[in-house]
Amino acid sequence: MLHLSRIQSIGEAIRDSIVTFKTNEALIEAERHRENGRWTYRQLRQEAERFAALCQAQGFAAGDRLAIVMQNQSKWIFSGLGAFWAGATLIPIDYKLTASEQLELLAHCKPRVLVTEYSTWLKMQREEGSALERTLVLVTEAPEGAELGQAQRWEQEPGGAFTYTARTREDVACIVYSSGTSGTPKGCMLTHGNYLAQAEILGNLYPLAEDERFFSVLPTNHAIDFMVGFIVPLLCGGGIVHQRTLRPQFLRSTMKKYGITHIALVPTILKNLEKRIKEKLDELPGWQRQAIDGLRRVNELATRKEPNHRLSSTVLRPIHESLGGKLKYIFAGGTFVDRGIADYFYELGIPVVIGYGLTEASTVITVNDLKPFRSDTVGKAVPGVDVEIRDANEAGVGEVWVRGPTVMKGYLDAPELTAEALIDGWLRTGDLGSMDISGHLKLVGRAKNMIVTEGGKNIYPEDIESHFENLPGIEEYSVFAADYIWPRGAMTGEQLLVVLRPEGDWPSDECLEELRQRNRRLPEFKRLSAFVVQTEEFPATASLKIKRGVLAEVLRERKREDAMRALEQG
Amino acid sequence: MSDVLDRLIKLAAKKYSADASTIEPDGDVFETLGIDSFQAAELMSELEMEFDVEIPDYELQGVKTFSGLAGVIDKRR
Repeated sequence: MLHLSRIQSIGEAIRDSIVTFKTNEALIEAERHRENGRWTYRQLRQEAERFAALCQAQGFAAGDRLAIVMQNQSKWIFSGLGAFWAGATLIPIDYKLTASEQLELLAHCKPRVLVTEYSTWLKMQREEGSALERTLVLVTEAPEGAELGQAQRWEQEPGGAFTYTARTREDVACIVYSSGTSGTPKGCMLTHGNYLAQAEILGNLYPLAEDERFFSVLPTNHAIDFMVGFIVPLLCGGGIVHQRTLRPQFLRSTMKKYGITHIALVPTILKNLEKRIKEKLDELPGWQRQAIDGLRRVNELATRKEPNHRLSSTVLRPIHESLGGKLKYIFAGGTFVDRGIADYFYELGIPVVIGYGLTEASTVITVNDLKPFRSDTVGKAVPGVDVEIRDANEAGVGEVWVRGPTVMKGYLDAPELTAEALIDGWLRTGDLGSMDISGHLKLVGRAKNMIVTEGGKNIYPEDIESHFENLPGIEEYSVFAADYIWPRGAMTGEQLLVVLRPEGDWPSDECLEELRQRNRRLPEFKRLSAFVVQTEEFPATASLKIKRGVLAEVLRERKREDAMRALEQG
Repeated sequence: MSDVLDRLIKLAAKKYSADASTIEPDGDVFETLGIDSFQAAELMSELEMEFDVEIPDYELQGVKTFSGLAGVIDKRR
């Protein structure tokens, strides 16, 4: 059991853990079939202290900000841990964003130090203007003789001694951007207290034994992997495995080679695993397939109340072995997990732990405790966290509000946004749901104008409007989440649309072509799928700001299927 | 059209049942083939085998078009 109530910070908790588990294996970094390295807890400590000393030698002090823009790899962990020990506020930034988007976030949080990979730094350097004039940039894995501009090598000698810097539960541990690269970025300020509370909850619900390994596949900058793929394994004395490519065949081979026990996945990878298992089964002779079907039913009956890994991995050995033989849990964000796939894996004896969370509440708000497994909900509120359904309709559906030790302090430099999200100690999630008699939460839609992609990115329509300025022949326009205007009672397959007010009755071909071309230049997850033509003037405030809520109400009177026109078919 | 680009388009079209003759070199790979980033990773694995190269994931960040992809492969050959 994890007991963290007397601990003050993440850094302190992992420092204690290193003392306890010093000779355990902490980290393995693989690159395709090769292994780049493996580190014990003691060696992890040396690497993190070296990095902390490097920052401190250049004047880094308690409360200074340190940003990391890196793929999952060992140096992410060394830097993150070293940063905590140097007293940093850590800012994990999505490495998949474009360089200009990353620079916008960096301009917002103004870190004292930025850690990034050479390839990312090259892209950042190509951008005009720099948000990093006063930032110490440390670049990993730069080739010999490479021109680094203002940056320095991450691997250089520290040039000074390391001093452990203590932090308290009230100090901000991380600033995590939940959305937005234009408009006002939402940098959630999460304290050490928030993370310790969440780590204790998850570490006790789904602990890793000392010989178990978590495969860190989702980006570590993401709230889920940060918690279950970085903090929790190190507090439990377990191991973390990184694979530096996300090619499917290497994900599977890594699971086998290292006997992975825990993994967090996005639905697409889960689907791929399911497909592979089914293909393998199809290759078997008919009698073996029938035998396995029978064993699946036996397993399903035997694990109806709760999972039993030992039993399932014995009964269904060939299937478990195709995934390495030791896989105990797959973690997945509940909103997008296909029920059928979750059920399929459970019948095979591999529970998909479905949860629901917001960056604003650290990692998870509700999670399935697997007693029994249910694929139709996003689970129950985690211990210590209160979930309420407010303003419920006759069907019991209302907005989900959350209170507890994992709720953030607020958004960085955005008091208005903070005041909208945090009210009397409660976090308004903006999600619509209902609670059943056993306390399981079901989500059915959103109360706010936004979508969430399968990869967990929050997209606010306002943030993409600037890409569609000055379309030919358009008087006014506004971007919406289609489900905000016409709720469907579903949280998958969300779409964005643009409402256009043309000069005449209909936008010109030239306008639509321009719209399509600009749309294609957006990242896949930000693209519009439809347009709506509205010939009446948009409702606006005295300062001519469009009243989105009112416009949505006006549009709601029309039928969704009549109003929406697919963008790519004109 | 370069040899790499030509072979790349044919292979991608075959894998995702698209008509190779309608694929534009500057077309968006995801949009044209209707695939997500994970399927794109699968496609990359096949391209690596076809061209006998190894392309680290970081080189693909920001590459969207068929010609861009061909350029990355060409550099590694």
